[in-house]
Amino acid sequence: MIAVFAYWPIAYNAYLSLTEWNMIAVRPTFVGLADYARTLTDPAFHQTLWTTVVFTGLIVAGSVVIGLALAVLLNLPLAGRGFVRTLSFAPHVPSGAAVATLWLFIFDPGYGMVRVLLDPLGITAPNLVNDSDGALVALVLVYLWKNIGFAGLIYLTGMQSLPRELDEAALIDGAGAWTRFRRVTLPQLRPITFFLLITTVIGTFQAFDVIAVMTNGGPGDATTTLSWAIYEEGFEAFDAGRAATISVIMFVILLVVTAVQVRVMERRVHPA
Amino acid sequence: MTPVTTAAERGRPARPQRTPRPVRAVQYVVLVGVAALFLGPLYWLVTTSLKPADEIYQAPPEFWPTTLTWENFELAGQAAPFDLFFLNSTFVTVVGTALKVMNAVLTAYAFVYLRFPFKNVLFLGVLGAMMVPGHVVLLPNYLTVASLGWINTYAGLIIPGIGSAFATFLMRQHFRTLPREVTDAASVDGAGHLRTLWQVVLPMSRPMLITVLVITAVEEWNQFVWPLIVTNTVQMRTLPVGLLLLKDQEGPTNWGTIMAGAALVLAPMLVIFFVAQRWIIGGITAGAVKG
Repeated sequence: MIAVFAYWPIAYNAYLSLTEWNMIAVRPTFVGLADYARTLTDPAFHQTLWTTVVFTGLIVAGSVVIGLALAVLLNLPLAGRGFVRTLSFAPHVPSGAAVATLWLFIFDPGYGMVRVLLDPLGITAPNLVNDSDGALVALVLVYLWKNIGFAGLIYLTGMQSLPRELDEAALIDGAGAWTRFRRVTLPQLRPITFFLLITTVIGTFQAFDVIAVMTNGGPGDATTTLSWAIYEEGFEAFDAGRAATISVIMFVILLVVTAVQVRVMERRVHPA
Repeated sequence: MTPVTTAAERGRPARPQRTPRPVRAVQYVVLVGVAALFLGPLYWLVTTSLKPADEIYQAPPEFWPTTLTWENFELAGQAAPFDLFFLNSTFVTVVGTALKVMNAVLTAYAFVYLRFPFKNVLFLGVLGAMMVPGHVVLLPNYLTVASLGWINTYAGLIIPGIGSAFATFLMRQHFRTLPREVTDAASVDGAGHLRTLWQVVLPMSRPMLITVLVITAVEEWNQFVWPLIVTNTVQMRTLPVGLLLLKDQEGPTNWGTIMAGAALVLAPMLVIFFVAQRWIIGGITAGAVKG
């Protein structure tokens, strides 16, 4: 099964990316690298790439930084922290489509929670989702809400499995809380950060359900990421060659990103 | 509130200085804020789905609903066949999870307990498949399923997903930790492989099996892009895709109805999560920290 639905498609994809096919004609026409030339020189595709980079960058940075902060908070000896840990992880579980629908309501400038919260402050609720700059921000906020609990949980597990001795030694040497966190805890958490970076990058590149429900890649093409573009070209415009080309480009980017991260981390985790 | 729990004390040795009270107070304020940030939207979803329309559309909306009603759920059912979506989702989740986990268990058993040529190469193949982004293979898989004539069928919805590299990997890692003596004893006693698997290996693996089952079921239920492209009639849609239809149809004017639809998609998985959270969290952290 894995061979048929994971490996064969990569080869098939590579072949399709060299063709032009509207999925109605009996078979694809071989056109060589024309699809790549067409895609790579298209300004709209450059825009899509840039959107994907910004979108992924914001979500990855936000997940790691806020997730770490959440883990630090939940590692304090506070009553009820177990309950808050469960709560913060809960949004990670349900369907992205349902979560996106909920946030569409929250962001509704007419009757949503943003208006309820902002009105008393005298601020007019922004129409985030229909604004070409705001839509991407709205998507990032929703994905962060969904993912921070996951990142926090992974960091928390990591922190609690660290040996106490190093921290205590630093304490005896008179290091303050912040210094101990920066110089002792954080370096030991590098493998965890590495795991989160890779999984979040791969996950965010494929983000689809929230985009499909909230923005449809719009307004205009303001939130068209690579994954939305694959869907749009393949299943709305029925341009199989183009969709396959974008798929191959996405695959190569993810391979390169993963390879670079593995190399960088190997050097940092096990310094020669 | 008791400021320090014993469980937390055990983890950390006595500190030379105690945390000052104002600092602790600020920590609690932040903790409550975080809780509200995650609970608030879910509370809003549930209450909105149970509120009559005038309490949703008054300004400001009623924060503590005074009358609860199932009206929104009835309206959602009239706008789109949510009973069908629910049946489809349940069927796909149950059958898909069963096939996927069975496949993973059998494959993992073979990798751990059988000798066959190219075993290591094949296992590397399974590991590599975990790195293949599902979205990249969307189009070719669609074409494969189309050429099999499975578009808009349950087979098309379920079969492409039943080879799960992640589930296979988790089960294999677990089987390897089981003591070899027990399975050896079983085979000395004349038990065949299926019998060894069913009566010896699986009962020893119950916690991991539950983890894999729960995580797989949640994934199946939440699937979105695949059901979206592989089904094309309203009767074959699953809940998450049906919710998209409802949202497009009711627009921003019927939030009560839309929230009722969202609650139907979201609630079963949240209930499973709160019941089975220790297995879900255990499985996810095991994959991360060991991986």
